Amino acid sequence: MNKTVNPNELKPVDDNGPLYAARKKVYPQSVSGTFRRIKWGLMAICLGVYYFLPFVRWNRGLGAPSQAVLIDLPNSRFYFFFIELWPQEVYYFTGLLIVAAVALFLMNSVGGRIWCGYLCPQTVWTDLFYAVERLIEGDRRERMKKDKSSDPLKLERISEIVLKHSIWLMIAWWTGGAWVLYFNDAPTLVKELVTFQGPMIAYIWIGILTATTYILAGYMREQVCTYMCPWPRIQAALTDEWALNVTYRYDRGEKRTSVKKAAELRALGEQVGDCVDCYQCVAVCPTGIDIRNGPQMECIQCGLCIDACDNVMAKIGRPKRLIGYDNDINIHRRQEGKAPIYRIVRARTIVYSAIIAAIGGFMVYTLATRSLLDVNVLHDRNPVAVKLSDGSIRNAYTVRLLNKSGYDRAIAIDVEGPVNPTMHVVGVDSVTPDRPIIVIPRDSTSELRLLVTAPAENNPEKSIPVRFHVMDIGLGVAASATDNFVAP
Amino acid sequence: MTDHHSDIDSVSGKSTTGHEWDGIKELNTPLPRWWVICFYLTIVWSIGYWVVYPAWPLVSSNTTGMFGYSSRADVAVELANLEKIRGDKMTALGAASLADIEKDPALLALARAKGKTVFGDNCAPCHGSGAAGAKGYPNLNDDDWLWGGTLDQIMQTIQFGARSGHAKTHEGQMLAFGKDGVLKGDEIVTVANYVRSLSGLSTRQGFDKAKGEKIFAENCVACHGDGGKGNQEMGAPNLTDKIWLYGSDEASLIETISQGRAGVMPAWEGRLDPATIKAMAVYVHSLGGGK
Ligand code: SF4
Ligand code: SF4
Repeated sequence: MNKTVNPNELKPVDDNGPLYAARKKVYPQSVSGTFRRIKWGLMAICLGVYYFLPFVRWNRGLGAPSQAVLIDLPNSRFYFFFIELWPQEVYYFTGLLIVAAVALFLMNSVGGRIWCGYLCPQTVWTDLFYAVERLIEGDRRERMKKDKSSDPLKLERISEIVLKHSIWLMIAWWTGGAWVLYFNDAPTLVKELVTFQGPMIAYIWIGILTATTYILAGYMREQVCTYMCPWPRIQAALTDEWALNVTYRYDRGEKRTSVKKAAELRALGEQVGDCVDCYQCVAVCPTGIDIRNGPQMECIQCGLCIDACDNVMAKIGRPKRLIGYDNDINIHRRQEGKAPIYRIVRARTIVYSAIIAAIGGFMVYTLATRSLLDVNVLHDRNPVAVKLSDGSIRNAYTVRLLNKSGYDRAIAIDVEGPVNPTMHVVGVDSVTPDRPIIVIPRDSTSELRLLVTAPAENNPEKSIPVRFHVMDIGLGVAASATDNFVAP
Repeated sequence: MTDHHSDIDSVSGKSTTGHEWDGIKELNTPLPRWWVICFYLTIVWSIGYWVVYPAWPLVSSNTTGMFGYSSRADVAVELANLEKIRGDKMTALGAASLADIEKDPALLALARAKGKTVFGDNCAPCHGSGAAGAKGYPNLNDDDWLWGGTLDQIMQTIQFGARSGHAKTHEGQMLAFGKDGVLKGDEIVTVANYVRSLSGLSTRQGFDKAKGEKIFAENCVACHGDGGKGNQEMGAPNLTDKIWLYGSDEASLIETISQGRAGVMPAWEGRLDPATIKAMAVYVHSLGGGK
């Protein structure tokens, strides 16, 4: 670091430092620029998707939910557009979580904590709440003044405060409301909720999410990132020297001087930095830090200080990006007079991308090729085989048929393995002898007890592999499962 | 360890905690006040928890907490609720006919599940947990039935038992032809071999089939019927099939003929409620041998 202190001049700052400290309230100033625009855009997309997705319809035929994204807990189904997942397919969620985690690593190795700065719900909602606050109470200076004011209880001020909190609560309430809509048919639930007919659990969840949103985005704000979230501490281990972090380019900024002084010194041909010590970058920072002190745990990489400083640079006619996405390697290279290098493609990023591509590809492949008809077989263990009065052998199996499609299916079951087998399904009168046909309702499973009998003399082996073929007699879709046919 | 009051970090100018790992020192940064308050609140909360809920083990008991909370009582309530929920279903089971139960997949599943547990508790000691039976105890998975294998017949056997002393029980027993002096030793051997021949089993060398047939006709046909096909009215087994309750070897047969057989199946009426007996009948029937 460039900033070093002479140890002999130091005095302990908090010699008998307290165990706890009051929060230093942060008053981030509004700013405009590239990164601010990116943030607005991403906020609109994230919130738009979150608030409105439950209302998107998707036609799945009669009797099936017509909501594009629905988590149907009572029936253990998850609908995502054309995908319908069953409980036994939770591995797709596992895959999704792995992809998400590796994507986070990849983001980190490319651009540091861009997740924190642009996409994290805490950031998005806090940003939204700040926008509301600014709209009603004014920008940084005004808010600071109002908070300090010795006469805070003027009617105008009170109405401002009430208005702000009402809007915050409305946003928070809508956030909770949108959440429950993912678990139920949205239009129906909205109707039920407003007429107070909704299920208790929905009101409870709305209450919980309203409270957490209001508290976390309205009051906790940057403290969530600094004290509660583990990610800032973990990500330090995931980032590396090539990652592009929001960096104050001290090679260019130092020595700091005022605008006037800088002009004077430059005129004299002296070397001065571009930083004019205007504190704009500090004023806009939502976590209240000074990025010029180097990389800090509190920094969420939101890039707002870049916008703030760019505006200053434009005004004083110096090149932009005194603060920018950069790293120490490049600062040192420039100090040594070398050109900076940016390496996005590195072993680390290649590996992360490969993992994402592999798992994602595998998931897409299995999703595209997965069967909507499935069969599982379990051989009876006690007794494994039964001798019948005519000397033939019978084995019993528990067969589970899964019909994941959106319509009822007539399924024929065939057995292959023992010589001359006959088959019977308990509780089912087969129309075709030895080829039971069973109707499995749409989107459900059926458990059957299946008996296979074969003459002992034709099947002298102690154990014969059997294969059960199940086939949709209408569409010809088939599945099969194997087990054994055992003699007593 | 350095004294934390005097150790100051040269970069930030802040004092350190004095802790040092691999040359990295920790700055003495106080926690935010709300965070510390939350921490103390959790301690207070946990103390409340100790008091309100049963928590501390004492020498021979434990602290019982306040407000009468106990997880055992909760379990009792849950179980009572469960009984209530099952009550409706069991009523439906009790109301439906045996044949209807087998036709309705939901009722069949319930009857099989209920029947299986009840079977395990009551019947498994004799018939085995998988109902595969043992010598003297019928295998309920096969298609050979002493008292009949239709749903109604199975239900009747479960309800009233066999030789159980119940007023409506199945009666009939295998007489002790040897012990009672009806047949002599060589006659018993002959008829035993004759019976083996009925189901195609090998016979002793020099065995007189005609004599065996005569003894059988005079003594056994009354119960086992012409040709030894059995009689379910009397629980007389079919002697021509491949299934033998007390064994098919000559020695076992000689023992059966000389000593007689009269296995007892208890009556379950009165010990189990009607719906449960029904569930069990369906379960046994669905094991695969039911007619
Ligand atoms: S230092 Fe800059 S990038 Fe970091 S949080 Fe503050 S404004 Fe955002
Ligand atoms: S905004 Fe730029 S010029 Fe102003 S203090 Fe920050 S780094 Fe220096």
